[in-house]
Order: sequence, then C-alpha cells, then structure tokens
Amino acid sequence: MVLAAAYSQVSEAAVRTDSPMGRALRRLLRKRVAVACLAVILTFYTVGALAAWIAPYGYAEQNLDASFEGPSLHHPFGTDRNGRDTLSRTIFATRTTLVVTLATVATGSILLPLTLGMLAGYRRGPIDSVIMRVGEILASLPGLPMLVLISVALRPRFAGSATQEGWVEKFEDWIGWHGLTSSGFADYFIIFFVLSLFGWVGGARLIRTQVLTMRGSEHVLAAEACGAGTLRILFRHLLPNVMPLVIVGASASLGAIATSEIGLTFLGVGIQPPHPSFGALITDGASRTVLENHPQLLLVPAAVVATQIFAFNLLGDAVNDVLTPRAR
Amino acid sequence: MTDGLAAYIVRRLLFVPITLLIVSLATFYITRWGPGDPVSVYSGQFRDEEAFDRVRHQYGLDKPIIQQYGIWLRDVVTDGDFGVSFRYRDRDIPEVIGPRIWVSARLGLYAFIITFLVGIPTGIYAAVRQGTWLDPVIIGFFLLFQSIPVVVAVPMLVMLFAVWLDWVPPGGFDGLVSRSMLIPTLALSVPGIAGVARLARTATLSTLHDDFVRTARAKGLDEATVVFRHVARNSVVPLMTTVVGLSLVGLIEGALFTETLLGIPGIGSFIYEAVRSQDYNVVLAVVLLITVAFMVANLVVDVALIALDPRVRDSGSVR
Repeated sequence: MVLAAAYSQVSEAAVRTDSPMGRALRRLLRKRVAVACLAVILTFYTVGALAAWIAPYGYAEQNLDASFEGPSLHHPFGTDRNGRDTLSRTIFATRTTLVVTLATVATGSILLPLTLGMLAGYRRGPIDSVIMRVGEILASLPGLPMLVLISVALRPRFAGSATQEGWVEKFEDWIGWHGLTSSGFADYFIIFFVLSLFGWVGGARLIRTQVLTMRGSEHVLAAEACGAGTLRILFRHLLPNVMPLVIVGASASLGAIATSEIGLTFLGVGIQPPHPSFGALITDGASRTVLENHPQLLLVPAAVVATQIFAFNLLGDAVNDVLTPRAR
Repeated sequence: MTDGLAAYIVRRLLFVPITLLIVSLATFYITRWGPGDPVSVYSGQFRDEEAFDRVRHQYGLDKPIIQQYGIWLRDVVTDGDFGVSFRYRDRDIPEVIGPRIWVSARLGLYAFIITFLVGIPTGIYAAVRQGTWLDPVIIGFFLLFQSIPVVVAVPMLVMLFAVWLDWVPPGGFDGLVSRSMLIPTLALSVPGIAGVARLARTATLSTLHDDFVRTARAKGLDEATVVFRHVARNSVVPLMTTVVGLSLVGLIEGALFTETLLGIPGIGSFIYEAVRSQDYNVVLAVVLLITVAFMVANLVVDVALIALDPRVRDSGSVR
C-alpha cells in the first residue's frame, strides 16, 4: 500500500517534468537546423558579451599611419580609413546587436505584449478598448519614418545637445556616476525605446485573443469559484497558456530588431560614432572608394550580419514549428 | 453573414478619420517638439534673430503648437491645403511630392511583379517536392536573401554589378526603363520572395491532397496540368490579395533605404530628407498619406481573410 502510494507519487513527478514546455524544448533540440542556429547565435552572443576581452584593439583605437591596410597578421580583416581594426570593430558591433536585441526583446516582445495583452483580455471593458485602440493606431503608422521622426525629436532631449543638458546627463548627476554618456547608453536606450514602442502590438493582440478564449474555460472558472484573486489567475492559470505565444513572438522578432537597429544607425539616428554598430560599418563600407579598393570592409560585416539574421530567422521558424502544432 | 461583414467594413472605415486625427496631432507635435526649426535650418550661416522672428511670424511658427495645429487642421479640412514646403521655397505639397510618389510607385510595381513571378512558382514547386531535400533547400535559399537587410544588400549589389561586372552605373537615376533600375529592382524584390514562396507553399500543400485533385489525377491528367490548373488556381489565387497588402509595408521601408543609397528621387529618399531638414508640413503630409495607404491595405487584407476563410468568418472574433 505504502509502496504503491510512493510509486504513484514518483510517476506523478515524472509526468510533471514532462511539461508541454519541456516537450517542446526536446522537439526543438531534435531539429538539426534549430541546434545549428542556437549554436551560431550563442557564439555571436558570447563574442559580443566578451568583446572587451576578445577584441585585439579598441573600437575607437585609431592609427592613422595604418589607414586602409589590407588583411595581415596584425589586422586579419584590414583597417578602415582611420586605421581602426575591422575585426575589432565587427566584434564590438556584435556587442551592440546583443544589447539592442536582448533589451528590445525583453521589453517590446515579452514584457509589454504580456502585460497589455493579458490585461486587455482578462479585464475587457474600457481598459481593453483603450489598449487595443492605441495598438491599432500604432500599427497603422508607417513604422520606419515614425521611428526616424521620434529618434530625431527624442535624441537632443535625451542625450543632450551643445546648448542643452540632456536627461541622461541629469540622471548621471543624480546617481553621481558619469560613465553613461561615454558608454553609448543614450543611443542604446533610444533605439530600444522606439522599437519597443512599436513592437508590442502584434504580440499583445495574439495574447489578448488567447486570454479571451481561456478566461471562460473550466480551470479558470474553477479558480475564480475558489476565490482566487486576479493576480493569481493571471499568473498561475493564464500565463502558462500564453507562454508559447510569447516565446514564438520573441524568437520571431529577433531578426527584425537587429535589422531595424542597422537601418536606424545607417540613417544616422541610431548608434552614434565612434560607437560601433553594423549599421555604421556598412555605411563606412558603402562609399565608392571602399567598394572599389577595399571590398573586405563591406564584405566582412555584411557576411556577419547576414549569418546572424539568417540564424535568428531560422530559429524563429523552428520555434514556431515546435510550439504551434498547426504550422507543421 | 455578409451583413456582418458590411457592418465590420463600415466600422473600420469610421475609425479612419479618428486615427488620422490622432496621428496628425501626434506627428504635428513630435516634429515641432524637436530642437531648432526650419527657419534656422534653412538660413544656413546667416544669423539674424530679428529676421528669423519675422519669418516665423509670417508662417505662424511663433504661436503655441496646439494653436498651429488648429490652423493647420482648419486649412486641411476646409480647403484640402496641407501648407507649403519650407525646403522647396513655398511650393505646394502635392506639387512637390506628386512626381516622387510616381517614381516610387512604378519602381515598387516592378519589384512587386518580380517578387510574385518568382515567388509563386517557387512555392508551388517546393510544395510538390515536399519530403525531398529540394523543399527545405529552396525555401532556405530565399530565406537567406530575406535575412540580408536592404541597407546591406544595396552596397553589395553595387559592388557586384557596378564595380566588378561594370554592367550598370553605381547609382543615380535615368528613367525607369534603363539599366540603372537593375539594382533597386533587385533590392526591393528579392527579400520579398521568401515570404510569397512560403505562403504559396503552405496554400498548395493544403489543397494538394484534396478530393478534386485526386480526381484530376485519376482522370489521367499529367502532373503539370494537375498542379497548375487545379492546385494553383484554388490555393494561390485567393492568397494574392493577402500578400499584396502585406508586401506594401516592406516595400515602403525598402524604398527608404534603396532610394537614399542610390540617389533615386522617389518618396522614400524624400521623406528621409524632409525629416532630417525639419520640413514640417511635408513630413506631416507624407506620414498621413502612408498611414492612409497602410490602413486601406490592412482593411483589404482583413476583409479578404474574413471573406475567404470560413473559419475566421464564422468564429465571431470579428471586432
């Protein structure tokens, strides 16, 4: 009897570890393409995180005697106009991609869609209307021109200008540490802010629909009958059911976020020089002289960017396959 | 059911002016919120605050923003007057942006045609070859091209076609029927192929095993006829409406980079210049124009989806 009870407990535990998420993860790891993409992304992220230790030179380290050098042992991918090492700048640009993608995914693809979508779906009524109408307006705006417009308007207030102290500087005074401006924090923040502002709508809509269908289901009604509070129902009973949507959305948005950062930087409203970004590397590499005489200055960052975003997109597809049965 | 659809369309259309009102107010505020103003931007080295104030007064730029918005809105609603371009010395906005939209529209049409001419057959072919190595490799091949940002693709195309092969000029624009169109057309069309091909593939797969297809095979029709007559017509054609709307978004964003990089006088490079030079009225007019285009495209897509898919149509999730 006791043994049987213990047995059933063990098997119950075994069933519990076999959660839908666990199963999805195992299915994902069985896909060779997905594993390869994960490996590529993890490699880039590791390189980006350790950029300060791996890169042979600093990203802004100039050597005007060694301007436009070809590939050599000292500079495997040559140097740019200012004699800056292309390999090092590519490595530091990977760090920028890391910071921007992770920060934007955390806010724009996970936190905002989750909070707003669940709130709209569970509370309904005026809150729902306000959230969905705001989303509709954001979704009908021309994305890229608006991003440029907002960045142009926001930057001087945020990062400060020649005549005016920006919010970052005021914040630095307040916390008594003045490393933020030089670290390029303001640029990262503006990019992540504008991308998150426009990025939450699609995910929030899907989550809202899912919550709408879930809130009438028996396990939610049972929880409500037992007197569970709103927060408990949201986190214990609804959250696990919308997580697959969130994960699919987050993994699908990685590539688009990386692309947007490159685009904004290219247009001059993203990462500002001398801070490295693939947008800046491509802009430098796109000039006529470079195209004709130093093709590696364009080809190296271009190849890295293409590999990264290709891996992001393929991973997004694989995650979608695994978590949305209908898509298979 | 059609009743519900009509009501839905009317409700969506009623929402258009409200959205435009909010969008215009927001854009109006954001553009004028930035530091500096067109008067100081266009005067260059010339610095005379007294003259500046006179010009500002002439254009009403010295009034509070909300009052400026009221005046702008009144002119738009009563006379359809969107104000003047500061950058183009008081010329009317339609006069300034008209020719540019025409250039971009034709360029976009080229790209569109190529995307579909390549994408649809590719998708159908991949679907027919499902289960073989060809299917994932073909789709993956186009997915790779989709993954290269336009900003990266354009310089690489210039390097290939203008510098190495020397087939085309490295930029500029001499008419829509010229060799200079090769790079922009490729840059705008190739990234979209993967999306169209995948949708065509999914649509084909869903019809490939339907009864009427089996009947066609049983009649002894050859495989090509089965695929193109029976499968494609029933799967891909309904899909077109949806994709056309969705592609519009990508096209406008692609045009911004392509036209800026190659110096093509279209609306994409124009809006970028207008934003950078704080040509308020022009920015506002173009943003509103694109917003209307987006909203119409979205509406067409949603209505097409509802009208074509009984699951969506009957699920009652139409709001």
